[in-house]
Amino acid sequence: MRDDVVARIPGGDTGAIVAVLLVIYAAYVLAGVGLGFSLRGQLNTVATLTFFIGVFAMLSLALNLHWGYTGLFNIGIVGFMAVGIYVMALVSKPLYEAGGASQVGGLGLPIVVGMLAGMAAAALLGLVVALPALRLRADYLAIVTIAMSEIVRFSFLSGDFQQFQLFGERVGFGGGSGLILDYTDPIEAFFSVVGLWDAYLGVVDAFGVLIPTNPKPIVDGLVYGALLLGFVAAYFWLLKRTGESPFGRVLKAIREDEDVANSLGKNTNRFKIKAFMLGCALMGLAGVLWFMRSGAVTPNTFRPRITFFIWIALIIGGAGSNTGSVLGGAVFAALLYQGPRTLKNLIDAVLPSTNAPSGFGPAVAPLFSTLDPAPLLFYTLDSVRQLQLVFMGLVLIWLMHNRPEGMLGHRKETAAGIPLTAQRAQKRQAADGGGGDDE
Amino acid sequence: MSDAAESGGLTLGSGGPGIDEEYPLQAEGLRKAFGGITAVEDASFRVERGSVTGLIGPNGAGKSTTFNLITGMLDPDAGTVTFDGEDITGLEPHAIANRGLVRTFQIARELQDMTVLENMMLAPKGQRGESLWRSVTPGVRREVIDQESELLERVWEVLEFFDIDHLAEEYAGNLSGGQRKLLELSRALLTDPDVLLLDEPFAGVNPSLEKRLLEHIHELREQGYTFLLVEHDMDLIMENCGRVIVLHQGQILTEGAPAEIQANEEVIEAYLGGNV
Ligand SMILES: Nc1ncnc2c1ncn2[C@@H]1O[C@H](COP(=O)(O)OP(=O)(O)OP(=O)(O)O)[C@@H](O)[C@H]1O
Ligand SMILES: [Mg+2]
Repeated sequence: MRDDVVARIPGGDTGAIVAVLLVIYAAYVLAGVGLGFSLRGQLNTVATLTFFIGVFAMLSLALNLHWGYTGLFNIGIVGFMAVGIYVMALVSKPLYEAGGASQVGGLGLPIVVGMLAGMAAAALLGLVVALPALRLRADYLAIVTIAMSEIVRFSFLSGDFQQFQLFGERVGFGGGSGLILDYTDPIEAFFSVVGLWDAYLGVVDAFGVLIPTNPKPIVDGLVYGALLLGFVAAYFWLLKRTGESPFGRVLKAIREDEDVANSLGKNTNRFKIKAFMLGCALMGLAGVLWFMRSGAVTPNTFRPRITFFIWIALIIGGAGSNTGSVLGGAVFAALLYQGPRTLKNLIDAVLPSTNAPSGFGPAVAPLFSTLDPAPLLFYTLDSVRQLQLVFMGLVLIWLMHNRPEGMLGHRKETAAGIPLTAQRAQKRQAADGGGGDDE
Repeated sequence: MSDAAESGGLTLGSGGPGIDEEYPLQAEGLRKAFGGITAVEDASFRVERGSVTGLIGPNGAGKSTTFNLITGMLDPDAGTVTFDGEDITGLEPHAIANRGLVRTFQIARELQDMTVLENMMLAPKGQRGESLWRSVTPGVRREVIDQESELLERVWEVLEFFDIDHLAEEYAGNLSGGQRKLLELSRALLTDPDVLLLDEPFAGVNPSLEKRLLEHIHELREQGYTFLLVEHDMDLIMENCGRVIVLHQGQILTEGAPAEIQANEEVIEAYLGGNV
C-alpha cells in the first residue's frame, strides 16, 4: 500500500525523496517558528539537519551495497569511517612545526589527496578483513568486522601511534587526546581549487543583508550541507549503476544462494571482495565528510553505536533499495537522531518552568505512592535526549513486527543493464531503431 | 556470437564442443565419508563424449554426493576427477563450471527473489559487465548494455523452448516445483556447457514436457554435448541412456549398456533386496 503512495508521487523515486525531504524541512521550520528562532537560528537548524541527512544517507547507501545487495553482514562500519578521516588527516594536515598548536603534523598534501587516501585505506582495511572472513560463513564476517572496528579505535587511542615518523615527517594520530584538524577549511580549499573563493566571499557578504553579524558560519554550513547532498546523489548514481549491471546481478545471486552463483561459474569470493571494498571505500569517504570540518577528532567518537545508527537507518528505509536507503538515512537523521533534540527544545519552549525530577527513582515513586504520573511524564520529557536510544529500540521493534522490509525494501530493483520486461515481441519488431537505455 | 539455430530454435552459443577426446569426464577412486557414513567409496567411472549416461542407484547410494565431488562442491577424501584430460580435483566450483562442466541440483535452487529473467541472465559466461568498472564507467558501459541486449535475446529463445516464457517476469520463488526444475535446466544450458550433470531433472515435470526435454537432450547429444543423468525412473533410463552406471552403498556396482544392466542379478538384488 505504501508502494502506491510512492507511485503516486510525481517524479518517481527522485520525487519520493524530494517529497520526504520537503516534509522533513517543513516540520523543522515549523518547529523553529514554534521555538521563536531567529532567521539565523532557522538557517542553522536547516544546515545541521542537512548535514546529518547527508551523512546518514551516504552511509546507509554504502551499507546497502554490503547487506542489501550482497548479504555481507558488516557491523564494523564505524571502523572504516575512522580509518577514512584519520588517514585523510595524516595526509592533509600541514607539516609539523615546533611550537604550533598541534602536537603532530601531517604530510601537507592537498585535501583531495587526503580524501582519496582515506578511501583507499578504508578499502584496503576492508580487503584485509574480508580475505579471511569471506571464506567462512556470514556470521564470521560480523564478528570480524565489529572486532576490527574496536581494534581500529584502540589503535588510534594507543600511545604507539600517537606520534611517529613517516617520510621523515613528524606525524601521528594524537592518541586519546585527539587530533587537531588544522588544514585549510575544506570549503575554502574547494572553492580555491575551482577558483571561486573570492566569489564565495562575495556571496557571504551579500548574505550579510539577511544576517548582519558574522554570516560566514551560516553560509558555510548551508553550502557544506548542499555539498553533502551532492555526494549523496553521486553515491546513489554509482550504486544504482552497480546494481543495474551484470556485476550487481551476481551480487544479488550471492545474497540469494552463493553455491548456485558459484556453480554457474561465478568466482563469488572475488565478487564479494570487490563489493566489500567498494562499500568500505564509500564508508571511509563518508567518515571523512562527516568529521573533516569538526576541528578535531578523538578515537572515542568512533564507538559501535554509530554503526548501529546506520543499520537502523537502512532498516527503516529497506535493505535492497537504493531509494529506500536515502529515505531511511533522511528519516533516521530527522526523527531519531536530530528529532529528540528538537523535541526537547520545543517542550522547553512550551513548558518553560516545569521542575522535572532529578532521577528515575523520584520520577517513578509518586506513581506508586499517590498514582501521580506527572513526575514520570516530566522526567521522560526532560530526558528525551538521553532516551534517544530507547526510542530507536522501540522503533526497531515496531518495524520488525509491522514492516520488516522497511519503507521500500519490498520493492525489488532489477539487476540488469536493460529493463527486463515481457514486452519483447514489440521490441524485436522495432529493433535496430537504436537503444537509448543508457544515459 | 551464435550459429546453433539448427536445433528447434534453441541457441546455445558457440556451436558444439570440439570432439577431441573419447572420455571427457573420468573419476578415479573417489571417496567421501561424512563422519561414520562413507557416502562414496572407491568410485571409478568414465563418461563417454556425446553420450547420455545414466547414474542410478537406490536412495542414499551416493549419486548426489558423487556430483558434488565432481563439481567441486565437496572435496574428495581420496581420488581424482579428470575433465578434458586435466585434473580438476579440488578446484573451485566456478572454475570447473567455466571449463564447461556444469551441474543442476536435485532440489531445485532457484534464486527466489530474482525474476526468471534475472535468473537466466545470470548464467551466460564471459559477461563484460561482470567487471565492476566497466559497469559503472560512462561510455564503457555502452558495451555492457549492448551485450545485455544480446544475452536477453538468447535468454528469450531458451525460455520459449522450455515453455516458461510466460513466467519471464515472475519471481522464481513463486514457481511450482516442476517449473523450478525447468528453470534450473535452462539456466545451466545458458552457461554453454560441454558436459551437463543433471540430478533428477525430470522430478515434477509433466510427461509431455519431459518427452520434449528428452528429445532436446538427444539433439544436443548429437551435436556433441555429453550428459550424466541421475534418474529413478528405470524405463526412462533404459530408453534414453547409452550407458548406465550403477551405484550401490557408495560403490560402483556395475557399468554397461542398459540391456546388460537390466539383466544383471546384482542390480536387481540391490534394488529389490536393499532397503528401498
Ligand atoms: N552433507 C552431508 N552430510 C552428512 N551426510 C551426508 C551428506 N550428504 C550426503 N550424506 C549421506 O551420504 C549418503 C549418500 O547421499 P546422496 O545424497 O549422495 O544419495 P543419493 O544417491 O543422491 O540419494 P537420493 O536418490 O535419495 O537422492 C547418504 O547416506 C546421506 O545421508
Ligand atoms: Mg540425490
